[in-house]
Amino acid sequence: MTVSAMLTLLVQGFGKSLEIFTLTLLGSLPLGLLVMFGRRSRVAPLRWLVKLFISVMRGTPLMLQLMVVYYGPFLLFDFTPPGNWRFGAVIVGFVINYAAYFAEIYRAGYESIPVGQFEAAQVLGYTGAQSFGRILLPQMIRRVLPPVTNEVITLVKDTSLASVIGTVEMFTRAKQIVASPNTPGMLALAAAGLFYYVFNYIVAFAMERAERSLAYYQ
Amino acid sequence: MNVLTMQDVRKSFGSLEVLKGISLTVGEGEAVSVIGPSGSGKSTLLRCATLLETMDGGLLAYGNDFAATMDAEGKSVYADKAALRRIKSRFGLVFQQFNLFPHYTVLKNVTDAPLTVQRRERGEVRELALSLLEKMGLADKADAYPCQLSGGQQQRVAIARALALRPDILFFDEPTSALDPELTGEVLKVIRDLAEEKMTMVIVTHEMAFARAVSDRVIFMDGGVIVEQGDPEQVLGDPAQERTRRFLRSYQT
Repeated sequence: MTVSAMLTLLVQGFGKSLEIFTLTLLGSLPLGLLVMFGRRSRVAPLRWLVKLFISVMRGTPLMLQLMVVYYGPFLLFDFTPPGNWRFGAVIVGFVINYAAYFAEIYRAGYESIPVGQFEAAQVLGYTGAQSFGRILLPQMIRRVLPPVTNEVITLVKDTSLASVIGTVEMFTRAKQIVASPNTPGMLALAAAGLFYYVFNYIVAFAMERAERSLAYYQ
Repeated sequence: MNVLTMQDVRKSFGSLEVLKGISLTVGEGEAVSVIGPSGSGKSTLLRCATLLETMDGGLLAYGNDFAATMDAEGKSVYADKAALRRIKSRFGLVFQQFNLFPHYTVLKNVTDAPLTVQRRERGEVRELALSLLEKMGLADKADAYPCQLSGGQQQRVAIARALALRPDILFFDEPTSALDPELTGEVLKVIRDLAEEKMTMVIVTHEMAFARAVSDRVIFMDGGVIVEQGDPEQVLGDPAQERTRRFLRSYQT
């Protein structure tokens, strides 16, 4: 196998990794907000349920969760989900797992906003939705950006876990190249590592810019 | 008609009874100072009046808008959400810690609630906000962020923010307690100007000289009740109650 053929395979795989990354963030960043509201709900059973959900998501390996989501419908209900369930299961598994982590990060940010902000909004007559959207959410976002960056960087690397249910992303490609005869195996691993690293470098750079753009107030 | 009517207000936190049946009315254009030791219930009274705390018992009304009425046993029965929201536009509250919105400029801090909550016209709100800032001596700070201002400036923005909603009455919760003495003066001057314009105000304060100078009436609270109230010269200069005298003595030493 030539180096350029190898790189082509890796780049194709990287495309898949990027797809998992993007769809996971699009799903889990907003879902995390919903989970946070559930976690802070005044309705005790809902609060307990969400707490249990977060606890399970954090307490078990993501790799295992992906397998449960993928095989669960067959094993439990003898049901075959339609379409490309292999990829669907990857996205569902990643989204719910990351939503749980984001929810806890959001909660920490939300609860660190001084109570005076809530009270000022209340006295000025803002509705609950107005005070959340205009006063609290912007302050929360600023507070959670550094820990969210951590999670996003972890996600870039976690996309490799999708290989456990046979999704061919970059890591799977690298593994295949190493396992085939007459291939520059070490080079494939190094190239894959470089892809992850460079991508994370860009992520960190972008997040730092975002942080700086929100640093106009204290 | 009274701007504010509170009648037989009771409030407990757990087994601790903080307000033991307080009645208070404030007339139009009146400036009332509330003094008393820590834990006397004066801040809780203000928080009940501004709907930040829910009263256990008693009545609360602004003009003839009832935020809460009493049932047969004297328990508070609050009006519905829509009525309470409307009533919130009738009063303003200035906090001890200012509580400006840090992500908004000074101007937006002042204009946001009138635009978002009261849905007033943008040009009118902006004009009013700028004139209020000018009055507070902050015309040049409209585009600054709160973190760029001193405590005294922040508190004056907070006063402008409260006034922008055109309230019938303004509450102050120890407005200078978070400020060093040098900055206290500039905030007190603004409040004094408002008193001269006959803005209806209730001021919880530890500044005795200030209370004496600006108030039409001084209320001394202790242990969840009003111990004494009346003309500032009388309450602060020649109190009728021994408890008041003891409290004031602690300020002279």
